[in-house]
Amino acid sequence: MCLAIPGKIIELLDDNLAMIDVSGVRRKVNISLIKHENVQVDDWVLIHVGFAMNKISEEQAKEQLQLLAEIGEEQEALAEVKGYQFE
Amino acid sequence: MKMRFVDEFRNPELIRKTLDEIERIIEPDDHFRIMEACGGHTYSIFHFGLQELLPKNIEFIHGPGCPVCVLPPGRVDEGLEIASKNSDVIFTAFGDVMRVPGKKGSPLNYKAMGTDVRMIYSPLDALNIAMKNPDKKVILFAIGFETTAPSTAITVLKAKELDIDNFFVYSNHVKIVPVLKSILDQPNMRIDGFIGPGHASVVIGAHPYETIAKEYKKPVVISGFEPLDLLQSILMLIKQLKNGESKVEIQYKRVVMEGGNVSALEIMNQVFEDRPAFEWRGLGAIQNSALKLKPEFSKWDAEVQFNVEKITIEENKDAQCGEVLKGMLKPNQCKLFGKVCTPDNPVGALMVSSEGACATYYNHLYSTMSL
Amino acid sequence: MLKEKIAFREPTIQLAHGAGGKASRRLIEGLLAPYLNVSELNDAAYVQIDQAQIAFTADSFVVNPLRFPGGSIGELAINGTVNDLAMGGAKPLAIVTTFIIEAGLETEILEAEIKAMHEAAEKANVAIVGGDTKVVEHQKADKLFITTAGIGLVDSRVNLSAGRVKQGDKIILSGPIGDHGITILFARGELDLEANIKTDTRAVWPFVSKLIDAAAPGLKWMRDPTRGGMATALNELARDAKVAIMLEEEAILVNPEVRGACEILGLDPMHIANEGQFIAVVSEEYADTALKAIQQVPGGEQAAIIGEVFESDRHIVLSRSSYGGTRAIDMLVGDPLPRIC
Repeated sequence: MCLAIPGKIIELLDDNLAMIDVSGVRRKVNISLIKHENVQVDDWVLIHVGFAMNKISEEQAKEQLQLLAEIGEEQEALAEVKGYQFE
Repeated sequence: MKMRFVDEFRNPELIRKTLDEIERIIEPDDHFRIMEACGGHTYSIFHFGLQELLPKNIEFIHGPGCPVCVLPPGRVDEGLEIASKNSDVIFTAFGDVMRVPGKKGSPLNYKAMGTDVRMIYSPLDALNIAMKNPDKKVILFAIGFETTAPSTAITVLKAKELDIDNFFVYSNHVKIVPVLKSILDQPNMRIDGFIGPGHASVVIGAHPYETIAKEYKKPVVISGFEPLDLLQSILMLIKQLKNGESKVEIQYKRVVMEGGNVSALEIMNQVFEDRPAFEWRGLGAIQNSALKLKPEFSKWDAEVQFNVEKITIEENKDAQCGEVLKGMLKPNQCKLFGKVCTPDNPVGALMVSSEGACATYYNHLYSTMSL
Repeated sequence: MLKEKIAFREPTIQLAHGAGGKASRRLIEGLLAPYLNVSELNDAAYVQIDQAQIAFTADSFVVNPLRFPGGSIGELAINGTVNDLAMGGAKPLAIVTTFIIEAGLETEILEAEIKAMHEAAEKANVAIVGGDTKVVEHQKADKLFITTAGIGLVDSRVNLSAGRVKQGDKIILSGPIGDHGITILFARGELDLEANIKTDTRAVWPFVSKLIDAAAPGLKWMRDPTRGGMATALNELARDAKVAIMLEEEAILVNPEVRGACEILGLDPMHIANEGQFIAVVSEEYADTALKAIQQVPGGEQAAIIGEVFESDRHIVLSRSSYGGTRAIDMLVGDPLPRIC
């Protein structure tokens, strides 16, 4: 329903604005909705209609990918063990 | 060059792995009907070709989460009428709205015929246009769920702060949970669980969905939009369904917090209040499902400041949008699909925007068929 | 008899009818072509004059703004015309041009465009041999419209026709897509977006000429994906050749800024206009030779084989991602519009 994409803050500006960069494309976005999060240059934020909606948590992103990477590893390990038994 | 927080979530190896895991836990007798509430999810499912990668016994029911699609017919006409009758009015809207067909044409058609219609990317752009054109009246035709409403609210607050009196909001903002509940209340509804809207939930958080999980006993997983997000959410939903659970879970943890964005909620509540009822295209009137400006902001409320003539357009009786939304029909089973109702000439709501269930279906219908 | 062929029933002409997508196609095939009895619609038409096969094309240019990073309307007019000829397998020879000028236009602006046209023509090795000028009242045109007509000599070694396109043929794309359309979108300033990006406008004959030298017998079809983008060009191919096309998404180059813009605005690079790229369909046998020939011309290094032709009852374009998901690539109805939903 709502298109929002990750962008990196490259400069903090006056008037609750920040310059963000998305793959080489720059735009001023309003950061008043995330003021309370102590926004810094180099933070990644989620942008929707010219507003930063939230900071993106790198930690959570890593955790998700880690979790998915571990999926099925138990089965693989099990299969390996079974494989050895056949030998 | 890779895009961060995007490309990692399109990793082929992890996608394969997650798909395998779904295959592993789903059994031949299972049949799950999952509604992705959000049009963005519908778009992703087709755009990334996920449906054909998933087991056949996972069925998607495409939900009402496309603000353009559910806009009642007549609403765009009302806004455009103001602009075309008053030469000092500039009508501004997001690109999404520009092709929505009204009775006498879309905003693009009006623009082509001389009405001052401008496309904007942000509500603040509309305010800037107002500031640059003090002798004109600028109407922001605002659409969107709770994701977008705070941005409109900030823009109104800014207009107030700067004392700008030639900027007006024509609010069509809507709320996600009331419409989901209304679908769940329909007879013959066939939905087993929900993929919850990721970006609206950045604002509202997870709590508003508790009623769906507790009262209606339907699991909800709030999901991101990349292939891995959606697949992980489906996996989480299936696990809940197999265990007979109905919880609200957040898959999209990198941006969605349980309590939502508190500042955004505050600002939204400061500026907006619920409408007693709002007409949804294809679904009828739903109570407390939409937002209008509070009386103290009526100075910036286009509906108050302009003599808006209510325009009601009879919906085509043969359009079966409601049945599609309830999961009773697939888009292509509707009587009008692809014949009378096409993206070129949409009759029903879901054919209007490229992320409406029917338009997506129409555009991608053949992708699931082998060559 | 003729009346039956007129399928166009829309009461008025709208912007979408000129946007190069589905609506344009309805207008041209449903109203214009039947009256004019034109059966094959291509970038350039063929006319036989004695022993010489001539390619003949016309084009109009209405761009806002007139100048944008990397180019201007004058340069587009020349490159667009010579490219249409090149797509017909013809070496561009001569162009005539007309100007429709809005009264009040600064001479300086007109002068800059004439200069741009002259330079582009020199670069493309084509002569501008004549023209016409009309001035209309203020607000009856938007600054400057340019119309061109061009002729070229068709290389006798080529035989281009959608009818020859068959299963197994390869699709070659000359470089990254979307630069022009995104540049124009940014240059209009409405969206307040900035990036280091410029139009890809250029004459493509140097590539086509080497392609013909190397692979003429295997070369079956060419098109420059201008308005409507790759999606439109390839869907037209699928329809005209009665085949399906399977693209490999990873093989289609998109510059980072174009990708960023598309992600922000919810657009598909496949729908964005190009002014300096072309698609060639080449038989499997000649595909590698053809690709190398293009790559050896400076500016053609990024050319790639992006997909393949399949026999199918469904004349559609599909794209396959690295993880195996496929999606259909449809033509647009009108111009691509940014979306927030």
